[in-house]
Amino acid sequence: MTGPGSHGGRSPVDEGARPRTVPPRPLGPRVPRVVTLAAGAGLALLVLPVLALLVRADWGSVPAAVTSPEALAALGLSLRTGAAATALCVVLGFPLAVLLARSQGRAADVVRALVTLPLVLPPTVGGIALLYLLGRQGLVGEHLDALLGVRVPFTIAAVVLAQAFVALPFLVLAVEGSLRTLGTGYETVAATLGAGRWMVLRRVTLPLAAPGLASGTVLCFARALGEFGATALFAGNVPGVTRTMPLAIYTAFNGAGVSPDTAVALSLLLVGAAVVILVLARAWRPGVRA
Amino acid sequence: MRFPRRRAGGARHEWGPGPGGGAGPGGGAAAAGVTVPGRRLQADVRVHRAARQGTAAFTLDVQLDVGAGEVLAVVGPNGAGKSTLLAVLAGLLRPSGGTVHLAGRALTHVDPAGRVHAAVPPEQRGVGLLGQDPRLFPHLTALENVAFGPRARGARPAHARADAAAWLDAVGLPDLAAHRPAELSGGQRQRVALARALAARPHALLLDEPVAALDAAHAPLVRQLLREQVARTGTTTVLVTHDVLDAVVLADRVLVLDAGRAVHHGPTGAVLAAPRDPFTAALAGVNLVVGTGERGAVRAADGRLLRGTDPVPDGVAAAAVFAPAAVSVHTEEPVHASPRNVWPTTVVALEPRGAAVGVRTSGRPEVVADVTPASVAELGLRPGVPVWLSVKATEVGVHLR
Repeated sequence: MTGPGSHGGRSPVDEGARPRTVPPRPLGPRVPRVVTLAAGAGLALLVLPVLALLVRADWGSVPAAVTSPEALAALGLSLRTGAAATALCVVLGFPLAVLLARSQGRAADVVRALVTLPLVLPPTVGGIALLYLLGRQGLVGEHLDALLGVRVPFTIAAVVLAQAFVALPFLVLAVEGSLRTLGTGYETVAATLGAGRWMVLRRVTLPLAAPGLASGTVLCFARALGEFGATALFAGNVPGVTRTMPLAIYTAFNGAGVSPDTAVALSLLLVGAAVVILVLARAWRPGVRA
Repeated sequence: MRFPRRRAGGARHEWGPGPGGGAGPGGGAAAAGVTVPGRRLQADVRVHRAARQGTAAFTLDVQLDVGAGEVLAVVGPNGAGKSTLLAVLAGLLRPSGGTVHLAGRALTHVDPAGRVHAAVPPEQRGVGLLGQDPRLFPHLTALENVAFGPRARGARPAHARADAAAWLDAVGLPDLAAHRPAELSGGQRQRVALARALAARPHALLLDEPVAALDAAHAPLVRQLLREQVARTGTTTVLVTHDVLDAVVLADRVLVLDAGRAVHHGPTGAVLAAPRDPFTAALAGVNLVVGTGERGAVRAADGRLLRGTDPVPDGVAAAAVFAPAAVSVHTEEPVHASPRNVWPTTVVALEPRGAAVGVRTSGRPEVVADVTPASVAELGLRPGVPVWLSVKATEVGVHLR
């Protein structure tokens, strides 16, 4: 048995060895070609409709349509109700997420399934459900009306509730996921250092869950902004009160005297808003590198 | 009796490297002024776990009593119940029954009927915890991490920071105060974690494999630092470890836990010099053959007969202990051998043991012989090769069990 060097001569690799400046390149994604094709088709399904919207839009009429009082009213309403719904989701959703992330057993599984329910329900069903709870003849609404004279449906409060109903799961799932990934180790250490529950929540759990909370908040806001079905049924389509952007787009498209171009222009406005939100969300994310 | 945990009581700041104390690591004059905060820790704990799919039923039943300022090492194989014991002491796990007392105060008390008489939560026990993962809060600087305990106990921010700076100084990292954990090395992180644990002024400290995750270059440093700081602050300490060096360097006494029960307990030197179970023997780096007395020697389970310095009474449980370096390896039966302990066996594995090579041989239990790398080549030793082992009787310590 002889070593590789004993055959005399240098190996071809040595022979041709010259300083080359090809940068090292890691192996690309190694997947079957079918997967790549399917991935491309999936991307097309997501991107092409928006692209079509951009290509076919009557750009000349966009500025006027977008700056019309109706459009600005709808946009303003959407932003305000979306922000209010998001705030409601953070205040109610963060505690829910903390509790879920730190609970085990069947009860927690049931609660988790209930939280995801609005994700799988058609929003219109959510709207009907809200009506049956808070409508004038609703389970709770009846008493609200009789005792306090409060009527929720077809008000701006109804818009916020409808948006919060469909958006809350996004926040809860995002925060719960980040808390579960984090584990309870840091909280345990904090407790052995003498920190009570409030201090642990305030100085450990909350800051460490911040990236998850931020991305959950962004998703939540985006979902609230796009909410249509539940709003239409529960809050109606009152201009300036409950006619948010999606409802304004639907109204314009169905052409109550207005051309579909207005709907397209408003859609572009909403697409623009969504892109801004996503860019903000990406800039946010790389916060904690533990 | 309760700890004054909301406000930092004056007594809490009389010792330690507070801003006034200014103690460095092992600083003689300052260390002399340190009062001992360690308190006597007593525990008598039972934890029963029913069998579940995949895991057998488990029972931990152990008593321990650690004097103020004393360090007790708890050693034992995986699954012996060491981590369960620490969790009970720290208040993270409520035992099936038993008590935990610190300075006479009942931290945990569950009576045999399962009624809970005391269950002080972790943040009010005065029991610190340092595991092999430092778990520094990633969003805080080293200084803020160390200041966490003082802040939790109600110290003013400025005071807590000054205190934390002194502790960072004590662990030799005064320059890294502003660094985030991600910017520190593993050894530095563990040192900050030690400073953080001690800055909280625990009356007892639990160390769970504190240097196991560190590489060979950093482990000795951190171990030494642990020894200095634990001794300097006089903190009552329970140390769980797999590493004999941890026990030797840090612990006054050793408790050997196996399958949830204490099988051996005593001063560190005595336990390691006379191991009574294979785990402690392996821990101590010696061979241990258990059996019963026969014709003055120890008859092992596999029939081997080992004669030691002292005769063993017939029928008495005994253990023969000898160092791997005392074992000679031969390729043929040694005929002129003066050693009286000679037996045939087979090489199972070769393992590095410092400058020597450990030759692990078959049998119950396996016996390890230390030889030089040159001998390995000369004798052609490799797994599967039949060999003869011999040990001089004068090298075999015999212990009654």
